[in-house]
Amino acid sequence: MPQSADKILDHELLFREPEYQEIFRSKKTEFEFNHADDKIAEIRDWTKTKDYKEKNFARDSLVVNPAKACQPLGAVYVANGFAKTMSFVHGSQGCVAYYRSHFSRHFKEPTSCVSSSMTEDAAVFGGLNNMIDGLANTYSLYKPDMIAVSTTCMAEVIGDDLDAFIKNSKQKGSVPADFDVPFAHTPAFVGSHVTGYDNALLGVLKHFWDGKAGTAPALERTPNESINFIGGFDGFVVGNMKEIRRIFDLFGADYTVLCDPSEVWNTPTDGEFRMYEGGTTKAEVEAALHAKATIVFQEYCCEKTIKYLKEKGQEVVALNAPVGVAGTDEFIMAISRLTGKPVPAALEKERGQLVDAMADSQAHLHGKKYALYGDPDQMIGYAQFLLELGAEPTHVLATNGNDDWAAKVQKVFDASPFGKDCKVYPKRDLWHMRSLLHTEPVDFLIGNTYGKYLERDVGTPLIRLVFPIFDRHHYHRYPTWGYDGALRLLTMFLDEFFETLDANTIVPSKTDYSYDIIR
Amino acid sequence: MSMTVEERKAANKALIDEVLKAYPEKMAKRRAKHLGQYEEGKPDCGVKSNIKSLPGVMTIRGCAYAGSKGVVWGPIKDMIHISHGPVGCGQYSWAARRNYYIGTTGIDTFVTMQFTSDFQEKDIVFGGDKKLDKIIDEIQALFPLNKGISIQSECPIGLIGDDIEAVSKKKTKEYDGHTIVPVRCEGFRGVSQSLGHHIANDAIRDWVFDKVDPNKRPEFVSTPYDVAIIGDYNIGGDAWSSRILLEEMGLRVIAQWSGDGTIAELENTPKAKLNVLHCYRSMNYISRHMEEKYGVPWVEYNFFGPTMIEKSLREIASHFDDTIKAKAEEVIAKYKPLTQAVIDKYKPRLQGKKVMLYVGGLRPRHVIGAYEDLGMDVVGTGYEFGHNDDYQRTTHYVKDATLIYDDVTGYEFEKLVDAVQPDLVGSGIKEKYVFQKMGVPFRQMHSWDYSGPYHGYDGFAIFARDMDMAISSPIWALAKNAPWKKTA
Repeated sequence: MPQSADKILDHELLFREPEYQEIFRSKKTEFEFNHADDKIAEIRDWTKTKDYKEKNFARDSLVVNPAKACQPLGAVYVANGFAKTMSFVHGSQGCVAYYRSHFSRHFKEPTSCVSSSMTEDAAVFGGLNNMIDGLANTYSLYKPDMIAVSTTCMAEVIGDDLDAFIKNSKQKGSVPADFDVPFAHTPAFVGSHVTGYDNALLGVLKHFWDGKAGTAPALERTPNESINFIGGFDGFVVGNMKEIRRIFDLFGADYTVLCDPSEVWNTPTDGEFRMYEGGTTKAEVEAALHAKATIVFQEYCCEKTIKYLKEKGQEVVALNAPVGVAGTDEFIMAISRLTGKPVPAALEKERGQLVDAMADSQAHLHGKKYALYGDPDQMIGYAQFLLELGAEPTHVLATNGNDDWAAKVQKVFDASPFGKDCKVYPKRDLWHMRSLLHTEPVDFLIGNTYGKYLERDVGTPLIRLVFPIFDRHHYHRYPTWGYDGALRLLTMFLDEFFETLDANTIVPSKTDYSYDIIR
Repeated sequence: MSMTVEERKAANKALIDEVLKAYPEKMAKRRAKHLGQYEEGKPDCGVKSNIKSLPGVMTIRGCAYAGSKGVVWGPIKDMIHISHGPVGCGQYSWAARRNYYIGTTGIDTFVTMQFTSDFQEKDIVFGGDKKLDKIIDEIQALFPLNKGISIQSECPIGLIGDDIEAVSKKKTKEYDGHTIVPVRCEGFRGVSQSLGHHIANDAIRDWVFDKVDPNKRPEFVSTPYDVAIIGDYNIGGDAWSSRILLEEMGLRVIAQWSGDGTIAELENTPKAKLNVLHCYRSMNYISRHMEEKYGVPWVEYNFFGPTMIEKSLREIASHFDDTIKAKAEEVIAKYKPLTQAVIDKYKPRLQGKKVMLYVGGLRPRHVIGAYEDLGMDVVGTGYEFGHNDDYQRTTHYVKDATLIYDDVTGYEFEKLVDAVQPDLVGSGIKEKYVFQKMGVPFRQMHSWDYSGPYHGYDGFAIFARDMDMAISSPIWALAKNAPWKKTA
């Protein structure tokens, strides 16, 4: 009996005990009728070859371990970024259970969102009644100031018309006629979670700026000196929004963050559950029309929104999640230019401190090869920073990246001598990445929690910098943007490097001559 | 504290009335049928169940796809399960249930991978059958050691009228009888994950059992002591800490369904002498089918906490000869010192603590005994997707005046917990942080909060330790009262 009350063994130790090892052995040999061990080894070795890679890259229908989620997840993210707003997903309820779980597993925070719980009858007759009852229930129970509606693939396939449904619901008295119900169609079979972010944010802006779905006059733009900031879908939003606000505040800028979920995913434990916290207010959204410009931190996450902002007459500064020195410089120069204010001395000093840190450490990262995957904009940002450090972002992959994106990444490679052997992979998944890592190995991998399967299969150490991160805690509380964010990234790169070096040198009397205390 | 049962009943009733006030009138009437309390002597818990959730509330339920792919099919390790449709469902259910297994992932085992047809707009317009056909070819080329493929339909599949059955038949023929199973578990079917379990069971019946050549596995030799574990998904290793006890009492576990399961085990199960069923809700259908068609009896068991484990071991043994019965007693005696030591250690700290549960499957009733073994008191419980037969079975576990909430909404659960002020809430990830913010200790009772196993005697030690660590954490003393807020 391996277990005892004195020293309770958890799963990772319990099942290593001989009793359990024996049941694994007997189960396998007597009942599983598995392939022979040498056959398994043979196939495993084959999957590491160039031959397998070619077959793997030839597939055009099957997707294995994709690095993307579906549109409504992005819409739920956006709804969380507005003050006292309930996210309402029109479609079947299982989806909402998934979105709420997904965000809660990443942020370790509650995520509120309701569904219109459509079932078979709604599939046949449409989901209008679900919308009518649903809005009424949401309004009564959760007392939001706004309900932001998006859709699942089910509602999209049957063609439910949100605009008409919401108007109909208002007529039936589900919510008051002047209650704000912005909406966005977010079919899961188009794009990915970043597309859903774009559509949902556009839905909110259009609602307030274009006359609240025909119930109010459209707002007239009277340009002023303020600046809007749109962050895009970001797993580090809690740390990053603080950093972004600090930078704007250092400038003394007049700015509005459009969509800021950083507070609702960072509420205190003090005896009270706050369903709503922080977020952009309706008044702020309305005023944001008059801004002279909008800085969009993630271009590929906001393509339609960017177009709309431009149509309204705003200047748009579209960035690609720029991190590192030059990336942050670009962001800060944009603020400086738009506000007409000089770069604050404090930021200039921070920049110098970041460069100082990079100089102290560059030797350890110079020439190291990285593979990275994630959302398109973030890949550009990380690749740029790695090149700045003299590292080589050898494989850059995005399941939701298109050819235009690939061309942009190629430009980043071409601008640096460290980018000449680097390749970009649009519309590929993590099983493609596995082949790349086996046939063209790198030193480190940057990705999300799912990357740990690649780390196991290939032995490439994983640095978790991409949403979602389920198996490490609190990363999202620290920034990755701005000079401070870059410092955090640098530290993470270095930590992984040193940990790997220590692990590689730790064997006594064999490799530990290099087990140094000063690195 | 020292309320009489009658007083508690009155208080519960007042509380439910209060909670319902927030709803529009019509909806309050509908929800009223799902909130109640157990009254001693009644045949069930007095609530309606397995009815559509209200739109626009925060239901905790999932969908049929979650019940089929996420629960029943996903843990069958040597098969590849295609999330057929858009990318999201497969992504969100990817390795989230901690169905432990032994195998070489990506080579002969595939549980913690996400295979999807990643539907695009053109697949919706033109249908996805051709793509599915191609996907199966690509799977066979890249994962040649897979022992079978299942097609788990997401919402659009049923809506656009794809014929996944035809594709399955065609490809099975092309690949020399390879097991390929279409599963119509579109998320809009039914009212929760429950229908997905049923659909998944039926697919095993129709596409696994009915396709097995009885002479296919001559190497499998039956014994009089063959049993199959049904309805244990091996979360955190639960099925292993259960299997070990069955084997110690002299039984031979010929299959695990479906945690750490293989297609060969499924196929051999009709040869079992007894099916032992843990999660009644998700797998009673296939157990009944095996009883009718193959004459395999089944028995429910409960491996949470020593009282229920003892009872279950004896119940299982009663289906066998005296040798097994004697060995069951030996197993019970062997583990007594362990469970006594665990109880001696933790009961003094947990005695009298109030627990509220809200989970799925079997847990809203099965875990009650384990809490009671530790001196704790379950004052409220409810099912995400229970049926009337679950609420009947629950009467054997709960005390008079226990609060019962079926398909509880986020709003209701918060209000009920706020009023009852339990010492612990056991529910899922979506609820965890809500209650922790409120300063209420919490354990995830779907995933064991990444701990486990909780089944069996080895699991009980971990269960007891975990409940104690949640309740006795110094954090809760820090949560509510900042020192400057204390009044003199």
